[in-house]
Amino acid sequence: MIRLQNVGKVFNAAGREIHALRDVNLDIARGEIFGIVGHSGAGKSTLIRLLNRLEGVSSGRIELDGEDVTALDGEALRQMRQHVGMIFQHFNLLGSRTVAQNVAMPLRIAGMKDGAAMAARVAELLELVGLADQGDKYPSQLSGGQKQRVGIARALANSPKLLLCDEATSALDPQTTRSVLDLLLQINEKLGLTIVLITHEMDVVRAICDHVAVLDGGVIVEQGPVTQVFLHPQHPTTRRFVLEAENLDENDEDQMLASVPGCIVRLSYVGERVYEPMLATVAREYGVDFCILSGRVERIKHTPCGQLTLALTAEAAAVRGAIAALEARGVHVDVLRETSPATKGAL
Amino acid sequence: MDSLLQIILAIDWAEIAQASLDTLLMLGASLFFTALAGLPLGVLLFLTGPRQLLSQPVVYGGLSFMVNVLRSLPFIILLILMIPVTVQLTGTSLGVAGAIPPLVVATIPFFARLVETALREVDRGIVEAMLASGASTRQIVLWALLPEALPGVIAALTVTAITLVAYTAMSGVIGGGGLGDLAVRFGYQRFRSDVMAVTVILLLVLVQLLQMAGDRLVHHFSRK
Repeated sequence: MIRLQNVGKVFNAAGREIHALRDVNLDIARGEIFGIVGHSGAGKSTLIRLLNRLEGVSSGRIELDGEDVTALDGEALRQMRQHVGMIFQHFNLLGSRTVAQNVAMPLRIAGMKDGAAMAARVAELLELVGLADQGDKYPSQLSGGQKQRVGIARALANSPKLLLCDEATSALDPQTTRSVLDLLLQINEKLGLTIVLITHEMDVVRAICDHVAVLDGGVIVEQGPVTQVFLHPQHPTTRRFVLEAENLDENDEDQMLASVPGCIVRLSYVGERVYEPMLATVAREYGVDFCILSGRVERIKHTPCGQLTLALTAEAAAVRGAIAALEARGVHVDVLRETSPATKGAL
Repeated sequence: MDSLLQIILAIDWAEIAQASLDTLLMLGASLFFTALAGLPLGVLLFLTGPRQLLSQPVVYGGLSFMVNVLRSLPFIILLILMIPVTVQLTGTSLGVAGAIPPLVVATIPFFARLVETALREVDRGIVEAMLASGASTRQIVLWALLPEALPGVIAALTVTAITLVAYTAMSGVIGGGGLGDLAVRFGYQRFRSDVMAVTVILLLVLVQLLQMAGDRLVHHFSRK
């Protein structure tokens, strides 16, 4: 649905050229939730603003449903934007207008004249976001979560095919974040709406995204399905993001591993296998003792997945057999250390 | 008490009433035309300004310079320089009618600058949200920027009105009349402290009322 080809963005600041984005290539499929994660200054705000042309590209091409948006101008550009919704970190609601008037604004912009039809559409949208009885309030009378729901209702007013979320939950507390993310997921599934969101929180990506791209210094350093990126991060930036999301610290883990005997493996598995007692079965079969050093079993969007770090103690042949048996069951096994470390003095 | 009565009797109240009427006329008419011309000019200044919707450095620079020229010109000099134009516009350079064009020309740039500042106070995110919804510049100005800046614009109009009250005092130079003129001619030049006191009190009450009305309107339209 959206295709970015070799997209670059250069800003001129005080006579110096600043490369905000460099050679970005992305393919976003219809109906998916696509996350773009990066630290502040990584270029993600610029990237999402290229999609509805709030910023123009410096080089490259952006296709939206086969149409080159970089070439749009004037009325054609406004038409395109009417079919792309956007929500913002700070909501950006009109403080001088009621909730209902805010939601009606894109309808007015699109030229809707019929007051009754407009009121009906606004009521429908407010119902969808769970604010049916709040239409006459002013934004200043609402909580942050409610404001973002108004923002979502406004963004959906003209039945867009694409919704852009600019750090939509970054100003909200964890519980409100969860409820807004659930609403986005519900809209995505109910309306088949494609969603592109940018965030600095990997938790957001884990909760609702199908695919993720990691942006660092204006360059996409890694992209793929969320489960894959979470379980097997390749780039150091991605690894840091995943560790942050899991509240882990790489150094602590290394230290812990050094003091444990045996062969150390990391198992990663997704899907229904998570609920099978395969670890115990394999251990019994090969006579392997295991100790769980660290691990997590969770859901990434709707997919259950697990990642465990184990110390296996047994003869080398038995360990190899157990690993092969686990792999045969579809578990991805990384051997972190073959055997016990050389003894460092007496314990 | 006798002396107070004497003071009251000694004042020509008909003259004071006429002066009050003249002040109100000059104030009302000038404020109307200032708002009519100053609001669009303020919007234009804002829109053509740096990093704004219709950013036009040359247009902005030109407008900004013109505004600064008019604002740096002492009103008394403007009053005299304007005489030929005033005659063209009103048929006379004297009296209340002759005072209104220079008053308007003096306050338009002042009010326009205040409008520009009020518009700059509007969160840029609101403009961005309107743009993202596909709004045209006209829609953004009329449906978002001006309604959001309305309290600021009313506050600007209040300040402008009070400035106009001060300017009307100088219109006496061309026989403009009004309370300020009366204070100068009678109170100051003829040493009539009683007339001076009455006109000053009336001007104070007028300024006070304007400020209170303005504040009340600002409060009414503020949703924050």
